[in-house]
Amino acid sequence: MSKTNPVAASSKAKAAEADAKDADTKAASAGKDAPNPEAFLSVRDLRIHFDTDDGLVRSVDGVSFDLETGKTLGIVGESGSGKSVTSLGILGLHRSKRARISGEVWLDGEELISADPDRVRQLRGEKMSMIFQDPLTAMHPYYTVGAQIVEAYRVHHPQASKKAARGVAVEMLDRVGIPQPDRRVDDYPHQFSGGMRQRAMIAMSLVNNPKLLIADEPTTALDVTVQAQILDLIRDLQKEFGSAVIIITHDLGVVAELSDDILVMYGGKCVEKGTSETIFTAPEHPYTWGLLGSMPRMDRELQDRLIPVKGSPPSLINLPKGCAFNPRCPYAELTGGKSTTETPQLIEVKPGHRVACHLPEEKRHSIFRDEIAPRL
Amino acid sequence: MTEDSDTAAEATAATVPASPPASDREPLLKVSGLEKHFPIKKGLLQRQSGAVRAVDGIDFDVKPGETLGVVGESGCGKSTMGRLITRLLEPTGGKVEFEGVDITHLGSGKIRPLRRDIQMIFQDPYSSLNPRHTIGTIVGAPFRLQKVQTEFGVKRAVQDLLELCGLSPEHYNRYPHEFSGGQRQRIGIARALALRPKMIVADEPVSALDVSIQAQVVNLLDDLQRELGLTYVIIAHDLSVVRHVSDRVAVMYLGKIVELADRDSLYGSPMHPYTNALMSAVPVPDPKRRTQRDRILLTGDVPSPISPPSGCRFHTRCWKAQEVCKVQEPPLVALKTGHQVACHFPENAPEDTAKPSTEKASAPAK
Repeated sequence: MSKTNPVAASSKAKAAEADAKDADTKAASAGKDAPNPEAFLSVRDLRIHFDTDDGLVRSVDGVSFDLETGKTLGIVGESGSGKSVTSLGILGLHRSKRARISGEVWLDGEELISADPDRVRQLRGEKMSMIFQDPLTAMHPYYTVGAQIVEAYRVHHPQASKKAARGVAVEMLDRVGIPQPDRRVDDYPHQFSGGMRQRAMIAMSLVNNPKLLIADEPTTALDVTVQAQILDLIRDLQKEFGSAVIIITHDLGVVAELSDDILVMYGGKCVEKGTSETIFTAPEHPYTWGLLGSMPRMDRELQDRLIPVKGSPPSLINLPKGCAFNPRCPYAELTGGKSTTETPQLIEVKPGHRVACHLPEEKRHSIFRDEIAPRL
Repeated sequence: MTEDSDTAAEATAATVPASPPASDREPLLKVSGLEKHFPIKKGLLQRQSGAVRAVDGIDFDVKPGETLGVVGESGCGKSTMGRLITRLLEPTGGKVEFEGVDITHLGSGKIRPLRRDIQMIFQDPYSSLNPRHTIGTIVGAPFRLQKVQTEFGVKRAVQDLLELCGLSPEHYNRYPHEFSGGQRQRIGIARALALRPKMIVADEPVSALDVSIQAQVVNLLDDLQRELGLTYVIIAHDLSVVRHVSDRVAVMYLGKIVELADRDSLYGSPMHPYTNALMSAVPVPDPKRRTQRDRILLTGDVPSPISPPSGCRFHTRCWKAQEVCKVQEPPLVALKTGHQVACHFPENAPEDTAKPSTEKASAPAK
């Protein structure tokens, strides 16, 4: 069913892609064009651009990754780095009139970008679902929590009776740890506390037992104590349901708690990708160093000063030439001018560890060892 | 280091003589028994049917030049406390003294001169700047409102402030929407600094910002304190940020301070179970340690401040709670130098003070 009914937008996007095709296009996709058949989710060269009055916004510009069942991928980056747009793109939630989407998203052997929107709608909720950041705005204030979970269930199980669906809703609420679920199921979202609302959101997204769960900043609006509960819950449910999870956040602590692999995004591109352990113990991209250095850590000696990334995130309309990070990179001059002219490719430095940086590898290692690691 | 706290003035229970000079000075801000109850009105006649006890009797003081961090979950009253000590709200009970002057019930006319000395930085840099005003108007407003004459005119003063806060003087005529979140927060800081206040109360100054920008603003606050000798009260829910910026830290729970201590003492050996739980909940950015550490998971949510639990307010969620906790409210006592805690069964307590002595280190005056 996959490529039978290409959306009009995708052909348009292809045209757009053609003119946007510069060195980095090939770079990002070089040698790994083919989607990984092993992976449950395989994203290849995903590009999501928006036409605005001010120009073309390249929110996501060539992102590729694989995710296997039962694994967790963390996507980190500043606001505007394209992490949320990527996840909405996978779910097919961008309006085709507004967004130019190209690339491939393979979910369990089906390509989604060129698939029929009805088919994607069918998959959404059933095979893939999402936990949004702010449960108060993501839930409808006029309907009870139960009614919203029931709706999500019955859309995909039309034969289920209302009573049965309600039973499922109560069971799900119980599963996510809401006390007295048979009573709370008839409550409205405003009667729940922040942590409970987020639990209810999770119940709603898991009601159809999806195989892919995308959590977009699931704990940002919550207190640490509640955050710890929610992270535990996501981890337990993942074990129980065996789902693949993508967790999007700007909090490196949260990523470290949950992820197996981490993808660091900057300016719509992936700048570094590796296992959690690599990213935290042997990161190679200066931006990743910056993220780690700017975070006060409870588990270390108190530093005198934090080491922030200077400047502010770039405009996605007018990305800096060459490496998008070069105006903020303290080591840009060590690349011999390459960083302002050439877009770095995401190169595999070690199995499973890819970095997009012009600095020579030995240089990166020595900078990290001598300057960065001691300060982290 | 600063326990002596409340002391200097009324050296009743001060057991702590040798401490750095900073703490010997008179406190800049002294708060005792502070309360704020918001009435809940019901029915046709709007009779009061209850009260939200947002802040319910807290005592602390702030020395000149130090930073007091205040942490707690949402709804614990930390923001209300911030608004009370800046007198944006009027307390329903207790006393706030600033430089020895009682400001608890000053009227709006009388409080105005004081606003020069106490300023506030707000959480959300998007809603705290008027979108229709230029940066020049926003940062210059304090001069106009307080009718302060500056040597080279307001414009020059504003541009100096912008520069001090890491912005460029050319930003004078721009509007807030032209700036990123971090830059807006700098504008908010510049506005707060305009009249050279003595104390700044910052309510979640960095929580709306990205990590990399957070660090910039934290460093800026640091530099400004060093340069201008500012005193900060920083209210935040992020324990790692609070650890980085504070000299002393107060932990609040349901309108009360449950632990108040020097930073190193609090983070090194937290005594209150709630503090322990809060700290263990902070995610550690180290994937190797996620399986090893044992986390204290608090169950449930914070109880309603309309009818807080009897005795120790934390007993409903505390794993050490016993009968006494339900009936008797533990007082905030100093168990060791510079470390006060309100708990019947504190952890990490020094042996000789296994049972809290009766000396009330906080608010000895009462």
